[in-house]
Amino acid sequence: MSTVKLTVNGKAVAVDVEDRTLLVQLLRDHLNLTGTHVGCDTSQCGACVVHMDGKAVKSCTMLAGQADGSTITTIEGIAKGDELHPMQAAFRDNHGLQCGYCTPGMIMSAIDIVHRHGGQLDEATVRSELEGNICRCTGYHNIVKAVLDAAGRMKVSQAAE
Amino acid sequence: MGVEGIGARVVRKEDKRFITGKGRYVDDIKLTGMTYAHFIRSPHAHAKVRKIDSSAALKMPGVVAVLTGQQIVDDKVGNLICGWAITSKDGSPMKMGAWPAMAPETVRFVGQAVAVVIAESKNLARDAAEAVVVDYEELPAVADVHAAIKSGAPQLHPEAPGNQVYDWVIGDEGAVNAAFAKAANVVKLDVTNNRLAPNAMEPRAAIADYDAAEEHFTLYTTSQNPHVARLVLSAFYNIAPEHKLRVIAPDVGGGFGSKIFIYPEEMVALWASKKVGRPVKWTGDRTEAFLTDAHGRDHVTHAEMAFDANNKITGFKVKTYANFGAYMSLFSSSVPTYLYATLLSGQYNIPAIHAEVIGVYTNTTPVDAYRGAGRPEASYLIERLMETAARQLKVDPAELRRSNFITQFPHQTPVIMAYDTGDFNASLDAAMKAIDYAGFPARKAKAKADGKLRGIGVSCYIEACGIAPSKAVGSLGAGVGLWESAEVRVNPVGTIEILTGSHSHGQGHETTFCQLVAERLGVPISQVSIVHGDTDKVQFGMGTYGSRSAAVGLTAILKAMEKMESKAKKIAAHALEASEADIVIENGEFKVTGTDKAIALPMVALAAYTAHNLPDGMEPGLKESAFYDPTNFTFPAGTYICELEVDSGTGKTSFVNFVAADDFGRLINPMIVEGQVHGGLVQGIGQALLEHAIYDANGQPVTASFMDYAMPRADDVPSFNLSHTTTLCPGNPLGIKGCGEAGAIGASAAVINAITDAIGKNNLEMPATPDRVWRTIHAA
Repeated sequence: MSTVKLTVNGKAVAVDVEDRTLLVQLLRDHLNLTGTHVGCDTSQCGACVVHMDGKAVKSCTMLAGQADGSTITTIEGIAKGDELHPMQAAFRDNHGLQCGYCTPGMIMSAIDIVHRHGGQLDEATVRSELEGNICRCTGYHNIVKAVLDAAGRMKVSQAAE
Repeated sequence: MGVEGIGARVVRKEDKRFITGKGRYVDDIKLTGMTYAHFIRSPHAHAKVRKIDSSAALKMPGVVAVLTGQQIVDDKVGNLICGWAITSKDGSPMKMGAWPAMAPETVRFVGQAVAVVIAESKNLARDAAEAVVVDYEELPAVADVHAAIKSGAPQLHPEAPGNQVYDWVIGDEGAVNAAFAKAANVVKLDVTNNRLAPNAMEPRAAIADYDAAEEHFTLYTTSQNPHVARLVLSAFYNIAPEHKLRVIAPDVGGGFGSKIFIYPEEMVALWASKKVGRPVKWTGDRTEAFLTDAHGRDHVTHAEMAFDANNKITGFKVKTYANFGAYMSLFSSSVPTYLYATLLSGQYNIPAIHAEVIGVYTNTTPVDAYRGAGRPEASYLIERLMETAARQLKVDPAELRRSNFITQFPHQTPVIMAYDTGDFNASLDAAMKAIDYAGFPARKAKAKADGKLRGIGVSCYIEACGIAPSKAVGSLGAGVGLWESAEVRVNPVGTIEILTGSHSHGQGHETTFCQLVAERLGVPISQVSIVHGDTDKVQFGMGTYGSRSAAVGLTAILKAMEKMESKAKKIAAHALEASEADIVIENGEFKVTGTDKAIALPMVALAAYTAHNLPDGMEPGLKESAFYDPTNFTFPAGTYICELEVDSGTGKTSFVNFVAADDFGRLINPMIVEGQVHGGLVQGIGQALLEHAIYDANGQPVTASFMDYAMPRADDVPSFNLSHTTTLCPGNPLGIKGCGEAGAIGASAAVINAITDAIGKNNLEMPATPDRVWRTIHAA
């Protein structure tokens, strides 16, 4: 057992976990943050994507101990109160989700994609960057639309800040 | 149409919880005192279970129990059933091999459970499973249908000599033979429809909770049809009587057919919960999904089509071998028979059709309904054959189709189905226009000049949805009725709850079903909620599959709404001292037509529940229910055209354009309909280009993770150009045909027709991987 200390969605937490505990297990089983999902166990599907120190990581593929001292943001932590993150709003407005299972990971990956590419996103780039997130429902069409839409919204909201 | 009524692109009500991480899937649920199950699964495709030694595991920390197949048989938990009886051509019933929830003696596919460890945590259960020693005696195994039916092949079930489940026929063989005898041309094709893994993104999961005091079970499960699960668990598996079993399917992360079935894991969790006296949770991992979720497709077919001198089809004969895997899953028997062979007429006027379907056991994961279920196999066969015929007869493939289209409705095909309506020319025209079909030769020539092989592929699909008229399916062997049920509750304050037996696992019912209420009553959808997925809340239901939720489920809601509205009008007329016949419903008010007299819905509802001043003899309350049994299948149809380029150096396919023109009848929410089509198209494209659940000759699965099984990713597929043509379905009052499966049914033939057009060679099997395409291009 080890104590892992980290900041999750703005709150400092210290959790005693078995050494083999994965970050996703810490989030889901110990902190009850069940918005982060497990879809494949082999780092392929991206349902488990969260942000660690501002970068997208697959939380099923790292030990909780590796996240010690870091700042984690999950799908539960991106809205400001009732105000959705622009990526969340874009997924809703563009019907970028159906069953919702891949959605948290998609949104967290997509935010990271926009951050990394700034205003330089086009459809081909979005499709290429989403390679690590699998959706079985939407055929990606509306996810791609949502990410491109959100890229514009995020530029506007950054400009406003 | 109001802003939230029928036909409006209403943003989904359910989205807020999904985009904020507040969805509630089975694995998100924790119960007090919960234990965790881990299954011990066979690594062999075929073996005797000689001995299971769990003594070391039982001594490990946190282990609650190790339970075996023999114990579940001893406790008289029923074997798994197949709910659709098929009769072979010799009159004999299909041959059912016994399928216990865990194997006591013989395992017949890799992944079949032989025992389960129950422990205090998931990790401890997994650790202990490593310490359970199972002594297997390996037996010869067979995975391929043709190998399985050869004499001397390993035999799976004593009940099924020669590994044959059934040999079923449909149609008039004499008429077909006569047509072929007179044919001007005969076109032949051998086709394999590749086995697929459904891969809903949420792995299956179950939590069983036994209450000893009440002798009552609660099951949380990833189900498309919780009431069907309760029925089967009660009536056949001997778990508990229906009134002592509550089945809850909360948010479910996709189904595509694979979550219709009641699987061994749910049965074992329920049984184990009673045995250990604590809640038991099982959550599958992705490899367990590949090993145990029912697979789809897996047909090998030879087909021949006869044409007269005018290129009219005169006869069609088909022989299909369907690989069922090791056991007959819940609805598996119906898939290659009544969901496949009954659609072999496609969109075409074919006077004589005969099909023979031979169902075969192999040492592989059981196969059952997967998005489209039989209809993709039929559509792929017909549309590959039409393309092959056009090439052989040297006519334009679109025009060959057009000249054979059914244009008069209703149309009785020679294979049971009576198409009620359609306009196949309209969807073909729309798709050809959208892709600029006429301009293709010039584009192909330009691509050739640039060193690229460009191709175009047409696919004109039809499907039978709105499953299904109970009497009709009963006469064909179904063990259940396929109605749907609904209840409309107007609360005393005027808010409305709709209880439905349909289940939403991505389809957006919580929005679209509200749109019907908004359309009829003129109330905002925020005043309406949809209740589904819990057998203790919702009266009855048959669930969601076969594109039935709108055509059948929503019609049941409409019937209940009509009853409610009729009563509400009586109350309003009484309050307004008017004639019931003069009451109209507008903007949430009951108005006396031609006057300014009106009473708002909440006041009508309140009057119904205070019951102080109701018409004489009227019962209090404003709550009505209905069952709806469809009168016919519905027949969504359309045309998909795909234009693509193939790199002759690598065999890689790149999409240029993909257009879809569908006729789904009336659309409730076009945004959601388009989403259904997008998703279906990518599953069809996935089958055509990427996906294949592969076994080696000994029944070892080669593709049991996302590392090995190629799921379509965002950069594998294009954006789509969708349009709709509309003929309203005459079979239900809303005119709905259903849209959930079309994409998966029609897309794969369009892709393969386009690739084979591009490379100028007709024989190409799915999935058309770059390797396979390259070899086909460069074959001598």
